[in-house]
Amino acid sequence: MYDMKALYEAESVQHAIQLRLEHPEAQIIAGGSDVLVQMREGKRAGKELISIYMIDAMRGVSIDEAENIRIGSLTSFSHITHDPIIQKYINVLGEAVDQVGSPQIRNIGTIGGNTCNGVTSADSASTLHAWEAVVELTGVNGVRRLPIKDFYIKAGVVDIRAEEGEIQTAILIPKVSYENTFGHYIKYGMRNAMEIASLGCSVNVRLSDDKQTIDRCRIAYGVAGPVPMRVPSAEAVANGSAMTEDMVNEFSLAVLNDINPRDSWRASKAFRQHIAVEMAKRALIESIHRAGGEIK
Amino acid sequence: MIVGQREPRVDGYDKATGRTKYYEDRMPANALYVRIKHAEKAHAIVKSIDTSAAMAIPGVVKVLTCFDVPNLPFATAGHPWSMDPGHRDTADRLLLNRHVRYWGDDVAVVIAENEVAANQGVRALEVDYEELPFVLDAQEAMKDGAPQLHDDFPNNILKHTTNIKGNYQEAIKEEGLIKVEGWYDTPTVQHTHIENFGCFAYMENGRIVVVASTQIPHIIRRIVGQAIGRPWGDIEIIKPYIGGGFGNKQDALYEPLCAWCTTQVGGRPVRIDCSREETFVSNRVRHAIRYHIISWLRKDGTFAARKMEVFSNQGAYASHGHSIAAKGLGAFSQHYPCPNIEGDAWTVYTNRPAAGAMRGYGMPQANYSDECNIDDCAKAIGMDPVEFRRLNIMPKGFHDNFSGNTNYYDTYRECMAKGAEIVDYERKRKEYGHDTGNIRRGIGVATFWYNTAVYPISLETSSNRMQLNLDGTVTMQCGETEIGQGADTAYAMMTAEAIGLKSYKDVHVISCQDTDITPTGTGAYASRQTYVAGFSIRQTADLLKEKILKRAQAITRQMPYNMDIVDGNIIRREDKMVLMSLQELAMTAQYDTVNSEHITAESTYTIRNNAYSFGCTFAEVEVDIAMCKAQVTRILNVHDCGKLINPALAEAQVHGGQSMAIGYGLSEQLIFDEKTGKPLNNNLLDYKISTFMDHPRLEAAFIENPEPTSPFGTKSLGEPPACSPAPAIRNAILHATGVAIDRIPINPHVLFAELSKAGLIHDSWLDKEEK
Repeated sequence: MYDMKALYEAESVQHAIQLRLEHPEAQIIAGGSDVLVQMREGKRAGKELISIYMIDAMRGVSIDEAENIRIGSLTSFSHITHDPIIQKYINVLGEAVDQVGSPQIRNIGTIGGNTCNGVTSADSASTLHAWEAVVELTGVNGVRRLPIKDFYIKAGVVDIRAEEGEIQTAILIPKVSYENTFGHYIKYGMRNAMEIASLGCSVNVRLSDDKQTIDRCRIAYGVAGPVPMRVPSAEAVANGSAMTEDMVNEFSLAVLNDINPRDSWRASKAFRQHIAVEMAKRALIESIHRAGGEIK
Repeated sequence: MIVGQREPRVDGYDKATGRTKYYEDRMPANALYVRIKHAEKAHAIVKSIDTSAAMAIPGVVKVLTCFDVPNLPFATAGHPWSMDPGHRDTADRLLLNRHVRYWGDDVAVVIAENEVAANQGVRALEVDYEELPFVLDAQEAMKDGAPQLHDDFPNNILKHTTNIKGNYQEAIKEEGLIKVEGWYDTPTVQHTHIENFGCFAYMENGRIVVVASTQIPHIIRRIVGQAIGRPWGDIEIIKPYIGGGFGNKQDALYEPLCAWCTTQVGGRPVRIDCSREETFVSNRVRHAIRYHIISWLRKDGTFAARKMEVFSNQGAYASHGHSIAAKGLGAFSQHYPCPNIEGDAWTVYTNRPAAGAMRGYGMPQANYSDECNIDDCAKAIGMDPVEFRRLNIMPKGFHDNFSGNTNYYDTYRECMAKGAEIVDYERKRKEYGHDTGNIRRGIGVATFWYNTAVYPISLETSSNRMQLNLDGTVTMQCGETEIGQGADTAYAMMTAEAIGLKSYKDVHVISCQDTDITPTGTGAYASRQTYVAGFSIRQTADLLKEKILKRAQAITRQMPYNMDIVDGNIIRREDKMVLMSLQELAMTAQYDTVNSEHITAESTYTIRNNAYSFGCTFAEVEVDIAMCKAQVTRILNVHDCGKLINPALAEAQVHGGQSMAIGYGLSEQLIFDEKTGKPLNNNLLDYKISTFMDHPRLEAAFIENPEPTSPFGTKSLGEPPACSPAPAIRNAILHATGVAIDRIPINPHVLFAELSKAGLIHDSWLDKEEK
C-alpha cells in the first residue's frame, strides 16, 4: 500500500496543466517506475500525485512537419525499441533504452520520466545528449522548446516550470542531427541485466561522402558527472579526421579532459576513468563500422 | 520402478498457475500490521524512545519498545534441541534489544490498523541513543580493546576450536619443502529467496497460532515458547508453502516477536512482513570468513603438512554460530588427507548482521579457500590441477572416525574423470591460457567435500504417518518440509515405491506442516530431507503394508508371506495372481459392519548414519581485460549423490546451486559503510545477484554410486551444487590470466585492482597524475 495523499487523473495535456496549477505541490507520475519506488522508500510519502499516464496524445513516435523525430513523452522504452521510425533513423536510442532494468520496467517506464527524473545514469540520457535532442514542455503559456543540455540543471533537477503548469510533452530529434548518422551506446554495469549504469557512453558519427573521414562526431556520457555530458575534447579530435587507430586512441584518451566521474562505493573514480576510455574507443569503432567506414 | 524416473513435481501446476497458497494468502482480513523500528546505529545503547508522535497517528494501535519485552534471552538457530546444556545454542538476544549491536537491530514495533499508519508510526519514533564504538572485521574484533558486543565473550570470541593431526611443527622441518601460503576472503552474502520472510499470529482458546514462512515449524514452536515464556504446548506453528529459504528460514526470525505482539493486543491477528531491505539486513546472512592456509609440498606433489586458520565473522548475534566455521575446518583434514594438520577456527562477534545457516553451511567458503590453495599448489610445482587433485584427494575407503563416514567409492576421481571428458578438459587446458590479446580464455576445476545430514553432531529423527484412503491411494505426512526443493515429489515417489503403488500420483503428500497435527520432525535443513525421510518412509511403509496384508489375509485366506503389493494390487507372489485391489481392500475394511478399520501407520526412525556426498565443477571463462569483466562461458557440475530419486529434480537442484554460486564467485556482496557500519546495498538493484543473462547454459552430470546406508541408495544434493563453482571460476581466471585472485566476488572492481597490480592493465594517465 502506497502512502499517497491524493491521486488526480489528467485526461488531456490541458487538464494536466490545470491540475498542476491547482496542486502546485503535487508530483507528476507517468509509468511510476521511479516515483512509486521513491514513495515506498518514504522519500515522497504522503504526497499528492497527478497521473498523466492516460493521456494517449503524449504517446508514440512520429515525424513532424519540420522532419523532426517526435517522441511523445509517455512512449515506453519497449515501444521505442520496436518503433520503425526509431529503428530506421536512430536505432541506437532503441538499443540504449532496451538496456533499462527488466522487460517489465521497459514496458511501464517512459522516456519522459527517464529524463524528468534528472539522473545522470538514465540510459536514454547520454544518447539524447549525443544526438542533441530538444525537449518540448507545455504549460499555461504554451509550448517551450529547449536543448536537452539546458534541460538538465543539476543532479535530479530539470528545467520544468511547475508554477506555469508545465509538463514535458515530447522529445524531438532534429533532422540535421539524425540524417546519415550512426551511433553506438555502451552501458557498463556490474552484471548483464537489471542494472543501473556505472557509466554509459553514446557515440555517433556522420562520415564524409567518400567515407574516408569523420564529418561529425558526437560523444556523451552518463555518470561521468552529476548530469549527462558531452565531451568536446574528444569530439574535436575526431571531427574532420581520418579513421586511424591512432586517432581512435587519441579520441578515447581525450575524454579524460572533460569527464569528472565521482568516487563512490558503487565505483571508484580511477575505475570509471579507465572504463570511460575503453568505452569511448569501442563505441567509436562500432559507430564507424555502422556508418560504413573502416579503421586504417 | 517409480524411483529413478523423471517426473513432474507434485506441486508444479499449482505453483506455475499461482494457485499455491503462501502465508500471505492465508492472512486473516483483520490482521494488524506490525512494523519494526530498526536501529540506525551500528553499536549503541537505547536511552529512551519517544512514542508520543507515533501514538498520535490515526490507525496506530500500540507501540512496544525494547523497554517492554520480557527479559528472556533466547537462541534462534534452527537446531534440534539438545538434552546436554553444553551443546545448546547461545541465547543472546531479546525480542527487542536495548543494546543495539548492528545497524538494523530491532528496538521497537508499531502495531497499526493498516500498513501506511504502521510505516508512518515507525518513522515518527524518536530514539535517543548513547553511541558506542563499533567493529566490522572479525580479526579486528578479536584484538584487546576492541568494542565488546556481549558480556560473556571476551575479545568477542564466540568459540574457538582446533583440528590437529600428527605433528605440523616437526613435519615442516623436512628438507626441500615448497611453501604455498595464502589469505582467502569470502564476502557477506544473503539468501535472497524469492519470498521475503513473513508471518502472522493470533490467539485461539488461549493458545497462540503462528503461520510462518519457515523451514522448521517444530523447532520454531520450541523457540517461540522459550522466547515468550509459554509452555510449548500453548504454541501451534503452521507452515504453508514457502517461496524458498536456503537456510535463512532455518532460524527463528520474527515468529517469536509476532507471537508476543498478538498477546499484547488481546490475541488479535498481527502480521510481520519483511521488506526486501529488511530481509537483507535484519534476518540472517552467510558468514564472511577469512582463511589463512599454508601448504608444505614435496616436489613430487604430495603434502608434508598443512595449516588452516579460520576467522569467521558472526555478526551481532550467535544464531548458528561456530557450527559453520567448524564444518569447514573439519573438512580440511578429510578432503585432502595429510598426516600433519594444524587447524584453528575462531567465530567472532562483530557489529554486522547476524550470520546463520545458508546453503552449504560454511562449505562454499571453506571450499573456495582450499580449492584456491590447491590450485596454487599445483601451479607451484607445475602440475596439472586435475592431476594434482587425483594425487592428493580423499581415496576410496577413507573413514572418518568422528562422523563414522566412509568413502565407499572412488567418488572424487570418478567425478573428475567424467567431467573432464564431457568438457574436453585436457585439450582446452592446453589450448587456453596462452592468449595475449584483450580476451583471455581459461578453464578451471574445483572439487567439494560435503556430507548429508547432521549426525552425530545433532539428533537425526524422522517421523511419518501414512493412511490408506478408500480409493486405494495413500496420504502421507512428515515433518521434513517442502521449501521449493521438491521434497514432496521425492517423498511421493519413495512412498509409492515402498508400498507398491502404481504411480507416485497415488500418494498425497500433506505438504503443509501443522505442529498440532504433523508427526514431529525437525524440518528442512542440511541436505537431508530425502535421505532422512527415506528411513521413516521405508519403515512406515513396511508397517502399513503389514497391516494391509494382514487384513487381506482375512479376506483372501492367503498367508501374508505369500502376498505382495504391486501396482496398487494385492497379488499372490508365486503366480502373480491379482487377489484384490487396494481400493477393494480399503473399502471392505472400512465398511465392515463387524470389524471396521481405517488402515494407518505411523513411526519414528532415529537415524544414526551420515553420508559423504562429493563432486566437482569445471568452469570456462573469458576475461575481457580492458573492461575488467569475467564471463563464465561454460559450467558443469558432476555429483555423486547416490541413486537419483528423480533425475529432472536433481538437475534442477544443480542448476539452482550453480546460479547461486556464480553470483557468489563474481558479483554478490553485502557491503557496509566503514564510517557508520550502515549497510549500503541492501536492495536487489545494488546487491548483484547473477541473472540468467550472466549464466551460460547450466550443465549437470551424475555418478550414481548407491549409498549403502540409505534405504533408497540416495544422499545429499541440496547444498552441494553451491560449493564448488566459485573456486572453479577463480581457477579458470587464474588459468586465463595468470592472476590468482584470493577474494570473492571477483567483480569488475576487484579485477581492475588485481589486473592493474599484475601489470595487465596500465593506465598511463594515472602515472602522470601521480607525478
